[in-house]
Amino acid sequence: MDFVFAQFLTGLAGAASLFLVASGLSIIFGVTRVVNFAHGAFAMLGAYVAYTLTARFSGPFGFWGGILGASVLVALFGAVIEMALLRRLYRAPELFQLLATFGLTLVFEDLVVLVWGPDDLLGPRAPGLAGAVELFGQAVPSYDLLLIALGPIAFGLLWLLFHRTRFGVLVRAATQDREMVAALGVDGRWLFTAVFTLGVFMAAFGGAVQLPRDAVNHTIDLRLIVDVFVVVVIGGLGSVGGAFVASVLVSELDAFGILVLPGVSLVLVFVVMALVLVVRPFGLFGRAEAPSRAVPEPGRKPPAPLSAPARLAVAALVAATATVPLWAGDYLVTVGSEILIVAIFAASLQFIMSAGAMVSFGHAAYFGLGAYGAALAVKLLGLPMLPALACGMLLALAGAALFGWFCVRLSGVYFAMLTLAFAQIAWSVAFGWTGVTGGDNGLLGLWPDGWAASPRAFFWLCLAAAAASVALIRALVFSPFGLGLRAVRDSALRAEALGLGRAPVQWAAFALAGTVAGLAGGLFVFLKGSVFPDSLGIGTSVDGLVMVLLGGIGTVSGGVVGAVVYKALSVWLISQTDHSKLALGLVILALVLLFPAGLGGLASRLAPRRRRAAAPAVHPAVGVGGAP
Amino acid sequence: MTALLAAEGLNGWYGRAQVLFGMGVTVGPGEVVALLGRNGAGKSTTFKAIAGLLDRREGRVAFAGEDVSRLPTPALVRRGLAYVPEDRRIFADLTVEENLSVGRQPARAGSAAWTPERLFALFPNLAEMRRRRGGAMSGGEQQMLSIARSLMGNPRLVLLDEPSEGLAPKIVEDLALAILELKREGLGILLSEQNLHFARLISDRAVVIDRGHARLSATMAEIADDAEACAAYLAV
Repeated sequence: MDFVFAQFLTGLAGAASLFLVASGLSIIFGVTRVVNFAHGAFAMLGAYVAYTLTARFSGPFGFWGGILGASVLVALFGAVIEMALLRRLYRAPELFQLLATFGLTLVFEDLVVLVWGPDDLLGPRAPGLAGAVELFGQAVPSYDLLLIALGPIAFGLLWLLFHRTRFGVLVRAATQDREMVAALGVDGRWLFTAVFTLGVFMAAFGGAVQLPRDAVNHTIDLRLIVDVFVVVVIGGLGSVGGAFVASVLVSELDAFGILVLPGVSLVLVFVVMALVLVVRPFGLFGRAEAPSRAVPEPGRKPPAPLSAPARLAVAALVAATATVPLWAGDYLVTVGSEILIVAIFAASLQFIMSAGAMVSFGHAAYFGLGAYGAALAVKLLGLPMLPALACGMLLALAGAALFGWFCVRLSGVYFAMLTLAFAQIAWSVAFGWTGVTGGDNGLLGLWPDGWAASPRAFFWLCLAAAAASVALIRALVFSPFGLGLRAVRDSALRAEALGLGRAPVQWAAFALAGTVAGLAGGLFVFLKGSVFPDSLGIGTSVDGLVMVLLGGIGTVSGGVVGAVVYKALSVWLISQTDHSKLALGLVILALVLLFPAGLGGLASRLAPRRRRAAAPAVHPAVGVGGAP
Repeated sequence: MTALLAAEGLNGWYGRAQVLFGMGVTVGPGEVVALLGRNGAGKSTTFKAIAGLLDRREGRVAFAGEDVSRLPTPALVRRGLAYVPEDRRIFADLTVEENLSVGRQPARAGSAAWTPERLFALFPNLAEMRRRRGGAMSGGEQQMLSIARSLMGNPRLVLLDEPSEGLAPKIVEDLALAILELKREGLGILLSEQNLHFARLISDRAVVIDRGHARLSATMAEIADDAEACAAYLAV
């Protein structure tokens, strides 16, 4: 019993840092609608800077001054980022800022390695709080007690800020309706910068106070961002009180999960998150989202099937690609196969993202299920490659049908988070079920059948699969089913009035996209000869998102272009430099700033502008009827 | 005397569809001008075009003699042009007092600044619910609060988009009295209306808009008596 109490206190102490970081993310999202993927990286940066400052200045003043100083420095850095980068992107399509902040994360990860080295750094103990206090016969670290007090104090200060100052009232108002706040004369740019700076301060402070408890390294940002997403979604986006309750909940689940169910402790948090979202789609304290900007602007030309000349051009391109193995070396051909495989993955994700406005943060689940399905079909059933690929697709279909049934009940960021939760659950199973999946060691020795064993033959197989997948997806987008999918995307209410239910249409699309992703996953296994839990990990999901966003979310198959550019670039950068993340991140940032509509969107962005200049005025009655 | 607001040649678009064609309207200090027209005639769009809330717009907007065509909305508000949207857009989670504080802007030289107390005197119902959440108010109360919130910016001119829409007759009457009080204070008011009787009660002049064009501009009495125009352009 005493031990349980001590464990409870450990959980509470962990909640403080989680709450600080999560409330920062929540505040930023509430006002700017930016899902700040770099939030974990800002927390990591706070910890690193605090490490340096507290090492230089000793004593209580040095320690606490170092932690606060680090938070302020990182917050100022955040303000610069907001003004130089994000400010240019607020009018870009929703989630494009996500791509920018992902690029930032890559840059930060490599930068901290350059500055602080790759090893774990252990911070100093807090002066005067290095010992432990005996409570009910258990030694509880004094610093934990301080953190336990810090959580509610920070919550109280935030509450005062939001309810007793005009700045706080403006923030709350902007969280509900930022257009109206601007229409009342408040300069939104100033407010956004202030809010972003405050949010980054919370992140950096949350990262810095963990310094005496946990070692810092350059990978904690990803772990943190996932934890923090979970907290914010369970609590309800934009709700600081929700973030407080959820951070305690998540932290306690972590603390006790290890005791009660050591095997599945990794999954526990995500199972709880999935349950919360199924019961309360907007989190414990959240509210239905304001209508998002994902709705296409009126007057934008809907995508059209390719014209006959364009079809010929694509056919010629595919034919030209098919000649690659005839003149390129094995290495290049193998890289080419990998690019084709990720292109299939990106195309499947783009199908639900662009035509369905379903932004999945967990599409890797179906890539990975396809991979493990194919691998297990070989290992357990002894099947040859093609039936094994089919098994992989079946497993991906089953997974997508099961998870998708829950996910399509949500939309927007909550949908994204639930897909992430399911993907993490799938990852945990692959990671933890060592007997079947090999756990972290993966499954090895999975090579293609003889007829496809040469890099050249496998390339052609991948090319055929990619061409067929993209053609199928395009055909679907322009089929009656695709029209229905776009109809429920643009106006679920009107579609439902026509007898077209949102959930069934989106569910079918989700399951189909999962199946195609499963094909990519299966092919990937035979390309690499192995499968690891990484294939279901958040890294793979984010890669897919980046490819689609790079390609242009407003296009039908820009993701294929994005996949080719992104994968080729990352393979090339890894071969050229030790700091490939830094370079890749900078390239992403440059692309984001230069082409805010994506690479694929560039062409379609230029075309209508030329047409618009010459377009005769549309009849005035059109468009007015629906306008407020 | 220069007009407070002089908009001319306004063209406006929603996406690629043009909905305003050379709209123009002027309002002087202490003058109430009604923009009359059917649903979808372009009344709200005209307001948004003036307030800088339309993505694509052409034409000239002058405020107190200054060309403000290229200014963003917050800059217009600080110069004294307030916009009260048709759907009121009260911050549902904020109390009445907090809603008012969002609208607060520095006082304007030469005129008394609006304070919550002065506004509670103008809209007595609001005084009884200072701590009520915006989301828990009736439509009429929200309309009052929306106007009061804009007045906190100490405007010289208020754009009122369909203020009487969906309100009970008694509330509409209170609203008319409040608007006349603002007129006495010297504010210019441009309101859009489908309710001819309400417009007639408070307006000096009227502009009739139809399919994005200004069709008629005359005194309120002249237009109200023009049965032919009313039949052609208004839903009466």
